[in-house]
Amino acid sequence: MATTTPNVLRAKTVDIGRLSGRLRQARLPWIPIVVLLLILVCAAFAELIAPHDPLKINVLNRHMPPGESSEYLLGTDSLGRDILSRLIYGARTTVIISFVSLLAGAVVGTVLGLISGYFGGWVDAVVMRCVDAALGFPTVLLAMIIVVFLGTGTINIILAVALTFWARFARMTRGDVLAVKTQDFVTLARITGVSTPVIMWRHIFPNVVNTLTVISSLLVGQIILLEAALSFLGLGLAPGSPAWGIMVAEGRDILLEVWWLSVFPGLAITIVVLAFNFFGDWLRDTLDPRMRQTQ
Amino acid sequence: MTPSETILRVEDLQTHFFTRSGVVKAVDGISFELRQGETLGIVGESGSGKSMTAWSILGLVPKPAGRIVGGRILYQGENLLDKNDSEMQQIRGSGICMVMQDPLTSLNPVFNIGNQILECLRMNPGRSATSLRDQAANLLSMVRIPAAETRLAAFPHQMSGGMRQRVVGAIAVSRSPNLLIADEPTTSLDATIQLQYLGMLKEIQAQTGAAIIFITHDFGIVARMCDRVAVMYAGKIVEQADVMQLFDNPAHPYTEALLQSVPDLDTNVDLLPSIEGQPPSMDDLPEGCSFAPRCPYVFDKCSEYPPEFSIEDGQVVRCWRYHDTN
Repeated sequence: MATTTPNVLRAKTVDIGRLSGRLRQARLPWIPIVVLLLILVCAAFAELIAPHDPLKINVLNRHMPPGESSEYLLGTDSLGRDILSRLIYGARTTVIISFVSLLAGAVVGTVLGLISGYFGGWVDAVVMRCVDAALGFPTVLLAMIIVVFLGTGTINIILAVALTFWARFARMTRGDVLAVKTQDFVTLARITGVSTPVIMWRHIFPNVVNTLTVISSLLVGQIILLEAALSFLGLGLAPGSPAWGIMVAEGRDILLEVWWLSVFPGLAITIVVLAFNFFGDWLRDTLDPRMRQTQ
Repeated sequence: MTPSETILRVEDLQTHFFTRSGVVKAVDGISFELRQGETLGIVGESGSGKSMTAWSILGLVPKPAGRIVGGRILYQGENLLDKNDSEMQQIRGSGICMVMQDPLTSLNPVFNIGNQILECLRMNPGRSATSLRDQAANLLSMVRIPAAETRLAAFPHQMSGGMRQRVVGAIAVSRSPNLLIADEPTTSLDATIQLQYLGMLKEIQAQTGAAIIFITHDFGIVARMCDRVAVMYAGKIVEQADVMQLFDNPAHPYTEALLQSVPDLDTNVDLLPSIEGQPPSMDDLPEGCSFAPRCPYVFDKCSEYPPEFSIEDGQVVRCWRYHDTN
């Protein structure tokens, strides 16, 4: 019976009942999931996990190489601060900044995409030209310009990242809305007198959530990189704060002698971004009906 | 409301599409009237403007290309063309509702059908949540879906095409409209299901007293369902009559030809008669009568578009052949 479902519809829809079944069947990407859970735990319980205060300066212990003391597993930096503790607190910075800015960008982008796609006409034209403008800038440059205008600080970084990424959501959502809004069930809703906001929220939005989930998981990696890049360039948080980008930057002048200053935070960034990308790929394959046949 | 009260009167309705290649007169000056409990069939080929008539009545002509440029649509005495969007939204569903062609795509695949029926029921004034569920189940049993109570939790993909069409029917009548437009609701159903579905529509009509506009190209359905018939060709109603009159005595050459092309079980034919030529392209209609190029009776008068001639009681036809009888 299920095979008779029209594939036109299937291509664009999440079907909750079947989805959970499929998630169970599908081979989960355990490595990315474990990595991401680890990061989340570090972010949530940094105080409990970190062996030292990430800001505590101890100049006598500076540049201690990793493995030399069981107290400082990954060594210490130029001010004698524990690198492992700074990495753990850095996870919190990364998670907060990337998730909040992703959420902000996704909400703004999705709402504008829904409006733009559903109403069309001049609204669509205006929104899409803004999207073009936002996408026309190189990501880092745009974020830099925004930070320069707003100043540094967590909130401003989040704003800058959100303002850089909303356009991707807007464009993807709009494209999906254009396809969904011509479907008969949207027309039926209009015929039965359902109001426009309700149609958009109940009939169109659930049918574009699929795409949003996938691009979100793929964009997180980029957002983490962008945040790290801004920090590295000195446009992020205050110098000395435990953020991975800042830590990489702190070690860059003495990379050959005191390599552990930059390498560990660099590895952390790489691993988390990879984990998100693998997770996003898996999610896309699982949700995309065209990939389902080949599995 | 008395049974004979007119609930819909369409006067000289013109719905045009403004495209790059010119103006397409999808609906070009049609008039008809519908009384409480009556069923009007609108018959015609694809592209003759049947569906666009329906969309015009609902106020859902595709914008920005399509526009109603003239005429009046009087629903319970009020001109719908004077209403704004939110007033039309009030009327849609609770006053006028429509069943679309394709049952497979008319339901939102993301929600179970109970949710979709409740969405409409909730728009009715003043009901409690529990009675809404009962009502939804009642609607499903009204459209003869077995085990209605449990079916509320089913998703569209778990149901057959016929079932889904019934659910769409249930949704359409959920807000008790007194005018139901059925736009070829059975074309995608197989023959036995078609019959059941038509029977169901008749029952609903008997229960609710709604008037129905039945858009179809199937004369069998017209004979079974309708009280009156309007035959559309190229955006105009070329003939309008009571069902029996039309079948017994088709006046317009187009109606005649259409009826001849319906197979008859009692006579043996090798080849069904068909209408010569193609329906005219809507953005390039011939001068005068648009059926003239395909008409076997064409004569010099046909270069001018015929007005309506009344030939019998209630039978109106646009053809110069009836000029003299007037």
